[in-house]
Amino acid sequence: MSEQVPSPDTTPSPLVTALQHEHPEWINEVIYAFGETTIIVPREQIVAACSFLKTWPEGQFNFLSDICGADRGVEEEPRFEVNYHLFSTTKHHRIRLKVVLNEDDTHVPSVTGVWRTANWHERETFDLFGVIFDGHPDLRRILLPDDWQGHALRKDFPLRGYEPYSLK
Amino acid sequence: MGLENVIAEALPEVLTTRLDSLINWARKSSLWPATFGLACCAIEMMNATTSRNDLARFGAEVFRASPRQADVMIVSGRVSRKMAPVLRRIYDQMPEPKWVISMGACATSGGVFDNYAIVQGVDKIVPVDVYIPGCPPRPEMLIHAVMMLQDKVMKESVRDRRDVPEEEARQAVVPGTLPVTDGSTARQNTLPESRPYTIASRHERRRSS
Amino acid sequence: MSSATIPPQFEIVDQPLDTQMTISMGPQHPSTHGVLRLELVLDGEMVVKTTPDIGYLHTGMEKLFEYKKYQQGIVITDRMDYLNPLGNNLAYVMAAEKLLGLEIPTRAQVIRVLMCELQRIASHLVWLGTHALDIGAMTVFFYCFREREKILNLIEAASGGRMTPSYFRIGGLMMDLPAGFENRCKQFLDNFPKAVDEFHTLLSGNRIFQRRTQGIGTISAEDAIDWGLSGPCLRGSGVNLDIRRANPYSGYENYDFEVPTEPDGDVWARYMVRMREMKESHKIATQALARLQPGSVKADAPKVVLPDREAMKSHMDALIHHFLIVAEGFDVPAGEVYHPIEASKGELGVYMKSDGGPKPNRVHFRGPSFVNLSALPMMAEGEMVADIVAIIGSLDVVLGEIDR
Repeated sequence: MSEQVPSPDTTPSPLVTALQHEHPEWINEVIYAFGETTIIVPREQIVAACSFLKTWPEGQFNFLSDICGADRGVEEEPRFEVNYHLFSTTKHHRIRLKVVLNEDDTHVPSVTGVWRTANWHERETFDLFGVIFDGHPDLRRILLPDDWQGHALRKDFPLRGYEPYSLK
Repeated sequence: MGLENVIAEALPEVLTTRLDSLINWARKSSLWPATFGLACCAIEMMNATTSRNDLARFGAEVFRASPRQADVMIVSGRVSRKMAPVLRRIYDQMPEPKWVISMGACATSGGVFDNYAIVQGVDKIVPVDVYIPGCPPRPEMLIHAVMMLQDKVMKESVRDRRDVPEEEARQAVVPGTLPVTDGSTARQNTLPESRPYTIASRHERRRSS
Repeated sequence: MSSATIPPQFEIVDQPLDTQMTISMGPQHPSTHGVLRLELVLDGEMVVKTTPDIGYLHTGMEKLFEYKKYQQGIVITDRMDYLNPLGNNLAYVMAAEKLLGLEIPTRAQVIRVLMCELQRIASHLVWLGTHALDIGAMTVFFYCFREREKILNLIEAASGGRMTPSYFRIGGLMMDLPAGFENRCKQFLDNFPKAVDEFHTLLSGNRIFQRRTQGIGTISAEDAIDWGLSGPCLRGSGVNLDIRRANPYSGYENYDFEVPTEPDGDVWARYMVRMREMKESHKIATQALARLQPGSVKADAPKVVLPDREAMKSHMDALIHHFLIVAEGFDVPAGEVYHPIEASKGELGVYMKSDGGPKPNRVHFRGPSFVNLSALPMMAEGEMVADIVAIIGSLDVVLGEIDR
């Protein structure tokens, strides 16, 4: 599934080339589109890749902008993806790391040890998609009520929910 | 207030027109709102209290944070399912006489948000006296709604607003409704047993006027 | 106490007095700036631990986006950070334009910058008014809202809505500025620096305000970056980072402005950063106003941008395009983008994923208030309860953006 969308600059950026030299086992696939770089990382390597990118002089990605889950669709395989948007406050460049998950095995190691801000982002992804982050210090629902059943942003969860609100 | 109870019990057959007018005039001229600003409409409510559109001219002088000292609850903003029991609790804590203004499209009927998270209209939770459409309504509309409520207050009778006895009020508010952090729900598969959020109190049967 | 029975989860256990108590601040509270609930573990007056409990305003907006066409989603973005709706609009619209590869005409870009900076001033005015009100200065609240009314008049003149303008469209603006707008805007901008000086006179020299804000809620630069803070909260800790300079968008690289930073990292530093930012926004807005040249405000993409109404009424192809755009929407190429902008609260990022149809597959807003609030437990440890109010005010949280 290699989508090389033709964009004005399809030369691989030097950052990705250097990363491919040093740690090729972390890179499943690279996508360049719309001026952005996306690297699909295997699930087990995500913590190692993130901590490397944070301290690597070429990268210096010390700022985690966002962790965002996505549901590709009920019949897609793999179904879920978790996107990590990294930013460097010194070099001002951005990169996206993506982890794809199957429907029956939605466990991902948590990156709260690398950036503490991942705490709430991972709770939100767990709450809305049901992706379980192993090693998270406090994984519980954050936006939906604590006794909510289901994960709201999955594609098979209906827009209006299952029952209208009533006091009883 | 004890006055209504006294009047209703001691003089059940007597018409209270003059007393009604006097008491209603006093009530409408000093309707103190409880701060219940939830979302964007709350900012327009704040705009209604500032110098350009001054709500204090109409008696809504102080916005009381404690519901026990407030007369009217202006529900301004979208009410999510997590917030709904809290809303009911605040309403129950307000002593009689109390009124509710539902400000904005989201409070009136769910607004733009017809989905799993938003209660489709706050009148599913509390009895509403005045509805204000708009997203958000202009501050002038809120002032108009307060004036409409004042007209409504003038038409009421004193004996309609008896206070609820203590035991019934205490039963209506179920303590422990707000969650306390006690660990992860990732591995819990049990449904907590459903408990009633409140019992319907006497005021809700008087929805006619 | 009467005959009320205490529910079993609260049974009284005979224990010697424990000094720590857990109380719940909110969700209905005058100073939490919305429906935020804080669980405070207090030792007397000092806060030992605090845990924010959010979700009381969760609206399911991200799910709603997937069911609405791209242009219908603009309306929903207004309600997210309701103090900075034009910023939300801009982020969403620019993400869609990135996917579509549209080129925006210069006049539209200049007007976007002008409106965004006016919106930033309005958002900071609300911050200042409510922050000062929580700390005790009530006059500032009324003065700030008086100035804000002037900005709301301008936004209403341009778009029709005071707080939910939805002024930007994918490919440009909704419509051009009305006649006389430049004069009214210039009048406001000429008088605005005096108002900021007035706020300084009221607050900055006030010893009570200084005692309540200096040294409170300190966070260091490394912690701020680790916790993902952005915007004035990050710049108040000495980190010189502004998305308008780091990843410029909409022509911001052509404007001359400073990025204010303060080294201390406490409430006072964040206050000073935002006050200086108001002056910088005023500078940018004046430059933008001076740069307005006649031109078109919509991109040249008939399949995406609605045609002018006169053209729609007289030309057949414009009518067909109008009908198709409104009824069926336009297909956006498949792919994903993450577009960050510098909103008034920090880095507002939109992650938009399209599968080739007229409705997005996933839209996620990285709300700056969401991340800023996650640093609150760290800032609030060891402070008094009254200082929590000042810290929340200085973080400038808007619950609509946190809970989405």
